[in-house]
Amino acid sequence: MASSIRVRAVESGGVTSLKALVRHPMDSGFVKDSAGNIVPAHFIQVLTISHNGKQVFIADWGPAVSKDPFLECRFEGAKKGDKLTISWIDNKGESDSTEATIA
Amino acid sequence: MIDQTRRGFLKGVLGAGVAGIALGSGLIPLRVEAAPDASNWSKKAFSTPGVDDTISELYGMEAVESDKISMDLPTIAQNGAVVPVTVETSLPNVTGIALLVAQNPNALAATFEIPKGTLPFVSNRLKMAETTDVVAVVISDGKAYKATQNVKVTVGGCGG
Repeated sequence: MASSIRVRAVESGGVTSLKALVRHPMDSGFVKDSAGNIVPAHFIQVLTISHNGKQVFIADWGPAVSKDPFLECRFEGAKKGDKLTISWIDNKGESDSTEATIA
Repeated sequence: MIDQTRRGFLKGVLGAGVAGIALGSGLIPLRVEAAPDASNWSKKAFSTPGVDDTISELYGMEAVESDKISMDLPTIAQNGAVVPVTVETSLPNVTGIALLVAQNPNALAATFEIPKGTLPFVSNRLKMAETTDVVAVVISDGKAYKATQNVKVTVGGCGG
């Protein structure tokens, strides 16, 4: 199965800039479908970015984060070729994880 | 007779091969999905309406206005479902950033933990129900600071 996470991480001048795009409905629990039924809340709660086993960024998300969420962050201490792990878990306990190499 | 032996030999090799593969795969540890821990996710902070109440629920203090927080977001959003918000700050020793949307049913949209070595910068896309203030909260040296910017939303992002 293709990963739900697309990542691009680029190191320049000691700073790694990471952009991640996650495929997820991020249903808020406030929206009704065409039949008038409430679509139950379904959203990513926690997304973590790890470099060499150390967490460099932790995002706690609520349902107000847009569908197919996008995140950009920057951190120091990584070099080209290093591996990053990006993982998320949602309010239904579903999760996904992917690895990316810094370019 | 010769045929029989050959058959037996082939079977034996085949069997050993299959067993070998099974053993091999058993030796390679299965990739464990390192799912993040959602137990620290603050249900209460994420279900509190109002900016000030949410900030005190999150950090246990009030946030002071600061001009050292720069927010980059559109002043008019065509589509409230996807509003890009970027926050950056020159405040020192930042450990956390939070994004709040004042007019949403629950104000808190996202919080970010900024460990040492990570720059106090984040870009995220948020949903907004209507024209609203967006508040960025930055925790610097253990104190809370905030900046506010208004977004005019022409089409709401919460459906209905």
